[in-house]
Amino acid sequence: MEKELRLMKGNEAVAEAAIRAGADGYFGYPITPQSEILEYLMEANPSQTTGMVVLQAESEVAAINMVYGGAACGKKVMTSSSSPGISLKQEGISYIAGAELPCLIVNVVRGGPGLGTIQPAQSDYFQSVKGGGHGDYHMIVLAPASVQEMADFVDLSFELAFKYRNPVMMLSDGAIGQMMEKVYLSPQKERVKVFPEWATTGKPPTRARNIITSLDLDSDGMEQHNRDLQAKYQVIREKEVRLEEFQTSDAEYLLVAYGTSARVCQKAVQLLRAQGIKAGLLRPITLFPFPTKRISELASKVKGILSVEMSAGQMVEDVLLAVNGKVPVKHFGRLGGIVTTPEEVVDNLKSEIIKG
Amino acid sequence: MIEATGIKEIIKPENLVYRKTDIMTDNILSYCPGCGHGTAHRILAEIIDELGLQSETIGVSPVGCSVLLYNYLDVDIQEAAHGRAPAVATAIKRLLPDKFVFTYQGDGDLAAIGTAETIHACNRGENILIIFINNGIYGMTGGQMAPTTLEGMKSSTSPYGRDIKSMGNPLKMTDIVATLAGTYYVTRQSVHTPANVKKTKKAIRKAVQYQKLDKGTCFIEIVSNCPSGWKMTPTQSNKWMEETMFPFYPLGDLKVPEE
Repeated sequence: MEKELRLMKGNEAVAEAAIRAGADGYFGYPITPQSEILEYLMEANPSQTTGMVVLQAESEVAAINMVYGGAACGKKVMTSSSSPGISLKQEGISYIAGAELPCLIVNVVRGGPGLGTIQPAQSDYFQSVKGGGHGDYHMIVLAPASVQEMADFVDLSFELAFKYRNPVMMLSDGAIGQMMEKVYLSPQKERVKVFPEWATTGKPPTRARNIITSLDLDSDGMEQHNRDLQAKYQVIREKEVRLEEFQTSDAEYLLVAYGTSARVCQKAVQLLRAQGIKAGLLRPITLFPFPTKRISELASKVKGILSVEMSAGQMVEDVLLAVNGKVPVKHFGRLGGIVTTPEEVVDNLKSEIIKG
Repeated sequence: MIEATGIKEIIKPENLVYRKTDIMTDNILSYCPGCGHGTAHRILAEIIDELGLQSETIGVSPVGCSVLLYNYLDVDIQEAAHGRAPAVATAIKRLLPDKFVFTYQGDGDLAAIGTAETIHACNRGENILIIFINNGIYGMTGGQMAPTTLEGMKSSTSPYGRDIKSMGNPLKMTDIVATLAGTYYVTRQSVHTPANVKKTKKAIRKAVQYQKLDKGTCFIEIVSNCPSGWKMTPTQSNKWMEETMFPFYPLGDLKVPEE
């Protein structure tokens, strides 16, 4: 079946893609700049077509715990929010990770801290990639850089979530969520009617009862559970790294950026090349797992690296770990909801890395 | 003392007057001697057994003394974050509307940290059963003041007794949810005497029927005791519950369907 071409906002594309991916449930709470996801789903009313449940919860806290309940039934469930709302969800995400439940959490990032601003930012890297809630856990984190990817990553997120029984975060930002682009939408998928064997669906006589919990009061058991989680994360690190490279084959200087910043940096690479500076771009598509190995390889070939992120410097810590002192690494990015310009990136690379 | 041979003659199928339901597992309960949780578990298990609900039951356990509910009931159970059981149950029931879904929560879980989830699930009229064990104290964490702790009642965080001016009033959550349009059946019961056990069991049976008929939220408070937290013997605690808890939390129906 052919893909359907539409002009959509990133937020709308996520919502439409969720219906088409055969999602069973969405639980959300309004917050700018992502409310269109909930609004679109309410208007589309998929309960009448695919049977997908859409519910406006009383809070982000309730919404993520609804996701817990639905995921524990083996259903394809999701929520979405923006930075302050994601902070509220972190407790629930920790429980979901601990209980090893599959789900999708979309974060359309806005500037912080606190109530911050409703403008786009990338200052949620730490709370997305490093855990965010309590305990040792990881989400798989996908960073879309276009409306198309916001749509495509819905299906991919569910695939990875069920493959690893792990929460997946789509880490977008207010720019990609709000911008309109053309998007090719996949055909409608059937909702899956078969439950995973671990799901709580009512105990038939043929199996033992299913228990979904993150609790183990026996420390030996809890340590083993943690070791099992870490082993799973290691497999994810080895198998699920996704990235895109732009003009890196002969690059002397490397930009590392994801999401909106990667779009800005692609233009910056063109501007630099026009000035005779051989620059390239590595765009991590997965932030966990991080493309550590490839950045390390490129660090052996380039003279310096600039990590560009609309934050005070969060991803740069992982770039520094990957580079491990081989070449100079600096961070650059605007804060508080201001999108970095390509010219600023060019100037910064010259002043901080190339130095004349 | 009965001789061993005498016991063998007595234990015969034809002499059986009572047996534990298979829905209760053989795991040893973690509850203190005299605590009402064990009885509340048992009658819930008996209802599931008697109505043949095992294959369609999905329970949600809270954070609190009954966090390990899943060790005791032989049904599918999800353990929720503190206070969030009604939100968890909301999604389960919405996604699996043919299942029997219940939450089992204490007063700290349901009436303090989970106030918003409780009120909104009830207000939406989620078609679930909420069983609310109210013993006026945080049991698992060692006897701290709960939202339901009575005026003057001593706990580890109200060692001189609950002072209303500085610590606020005990919360009658059941009275609040009874005012919400989404609740269908709201009642307050206890399990400290055989007669009360029968009444509570009848209430749970009704709630199961109402859920099958898609009537909305059923909310059953069970006023219970906490001998350890109250620093009393089980007998003293039941007497104190009757004399002090029941006047403030009177037993009976708060909202019954208009037949």
